[in-house]
Amino acid sequence: MTASDRNHSRPPEAAEGAVMAALRRGPSAGDVADAVRRATDRAHAEGLVDVTYSSLDSPLGRLVAAATPRGLVRLAYEDFNGGVDVVLDHLATRLSPRIVERPTGFDPLRRELDEYFEGRRRGFDISIDWALTTGFTRKVLQATAAIPFGEVSTYRGVAAAAGSERATRAAGNALGSNPLPIVVPCHRVLRTGGGLGGYTGGIEKKQRLLAIEGVLSEPLT
Amino acid sequence: MPPPFQRLLDDHSPTVLRFLVASVGPVDADDCFQETVISALRAYPKLRHSDNLRGWLLTIAHRKALDVHRSRARRAVPVEDPDPGHTVPDAPRDDALWTAVHDLPPKQRGAVLLRFVGDLSHREIAAALGSSEEAARRALADGLANLRKEWTPA
Repeated sequence: MTASDRNHSRPPEAAEGAVMAALRRGPSAGDVADAVRRATDRAHAEGLVDVTYSSLDSPLGRLVAAATPRGLVRLAYEDFNGGVDVVLDHLATRLSPRIVERPTGFDPLRRELDEYFEGRRRGFDISIDWALTTGFTRKVLQATAAIPFGEVSTYRGVAAAAGSERATRAAGNALGSNPLPIVVPCHRVLRTGGGLGGYTGGIEKKQRLLAIEGVLSEPLT
Repeated sequence: MPPPFQRLLDDHSPTVLRFLVASVGPVDADDCFQETVISALRAYPKLRHSDNLRGWLLTIAHRKALDVHRSRARRAVPVEDPDPGHTVPDAPRDDALWTAVHDLPPKQRGAVLLRFVGDLSHREIAAALGSSEEAARRALADGLANLRKEWTPA
């Protein structure tokens, strides 16, 4: 059937269909992505975005990083924290639903993590927002952040540094809820007897991190 | 608590941008889309319900499109925009259809595009237009009839 045939004997429903089909021909996925990026860049510049996030690659698997204007607020192992959606839902509830993806904002963190994993960096310079932590947990994690590269402490040690030497179990819970693994080095906290203890991302990640820092010999793979 | 805003962008941006391209054309659609996102983010923390976020976004987009049409009407003689900024290049290029859509009265244009581009129900269209469901149905029927008169598919 040619176009002119169609035009001559067109029932109203067909006309409706033609209007619909013509109007629905829309911009390509690439154009949509560009428009979204320009809109979110502008919203960010106008201070309307409370949390930005991005996925990152690392030798320990994919990470999702989130930041507020004050600094890095969350770093999560995608395979251990329920994936990006679960992490973002939690941030929306705890902080704000004004969450937008913005990969370029995480270039400094990406660079520092690359250097760390290549053994060329001993500490992180990016600023941290402790907003997801409170009370004793925050004290324990801040004490943990002070443990230097290549050294280790114990649950009892960080509990003491946080002001309550006997709260070893609470310190363990605080480390287990660390919203900023790697950057806040909870992998440097071991059991008092010398056992590795647990790790939020799985014990093999803790072994890898301690191997990078020269505390453990590189595990056989 | 509404979901992370990025999820709205992922789910509804193609529809909202297509709606804006159809309503204001590819040159103004990009800026209109930015205005829509900015307004949505401003209102988002105070949003009480998170059902029908697509309808909510399209309602904002519809209002932004109305602003563009109003300011065009004020500039009675269309002038060449010296700096069109970004355009949405891959937009549909049926100029006759655009002209026909552009020339519809605002309510009819809104009703037709919210229905056929936005896939909204009559009730949702009525809410977006701020009119009764009956008036929305009538605007949609009249808009379609006018389009049929002014435009035939190529």
